[in-house]
Amino acid sequence: MKKTNEVSFCKIRIIMPLAAFALSACVTINIYFPAAAAEKAADKIIEEVWQTQKADKPTVNQPAAKETK
Amino acid sequence: MNALIKLFVAIVALTAALNVFAAADLEVNTPGVNTIKQSMQARHAQLAAYYNSGAVGLTADGMVALRDAGAVPLAQRQAVNALVAAENQDRNALYAEIANANGHPEWQAEIRSTFAQRWIQRAQPGWWVQSGGVWKQK
Repeated sequence: MKKTNEVSFCKIRIIMPLAAFALSACVTINIYFPAAAAEKAADKIIEEVWQTQKADKPTVNQPAAKETK
Repeated sequence: MNALIKLFVAIVALTAALNVFAAADLEVNTPGVNTIKQSMQARHAQLAAYYNSGAVGLTADGMVALRDAGAVPLAQRQAVNALVAAENQDRNALYAEIANANGHPEWQAEIRSTFAQRWIQRAQPGWWVQSGGVWKQK
């Protein structure tokens, strides 16, 4: 009785990691297209090709009016 | 036994998480992409005038096309055709290169359509873009 239990336990120890691997492989194959990342990447490249970096010139604040004493 | 099941779940969750993480970003900083980008950047200086005049427009499939040959003086027509052809060659190469650089050549079509939308969306006012098979001026 104990013997058979040990055998089946052994089998499970082999099967479990294999099953985990197989399942994770499924995840890898069905990997989705990262649409948001692609958009970000496209924007970056387009900006560089067209040189349309948003003209976010640092707005130089006018020095505050001199305080009158 | 319970410990084994927990280990199993943990392994699956970890691999899945790693895969999602790997997919969360798109690699575009490769020598191949940079070379194409520079070539397109240099060409844009010449193409911009034709976008402005409406001679060349942005197509729905992420390319450029000679839209109105009449807007180009006869003497320049050959040069424009060459510019358009070279630009489209670079664009095809760019989409393929990004897909390959990320280990997913099958993503090329999706990358192309993503770019097509972004080129059109970011086109400057006055430029012509293709949408639903017809040319529209932005």
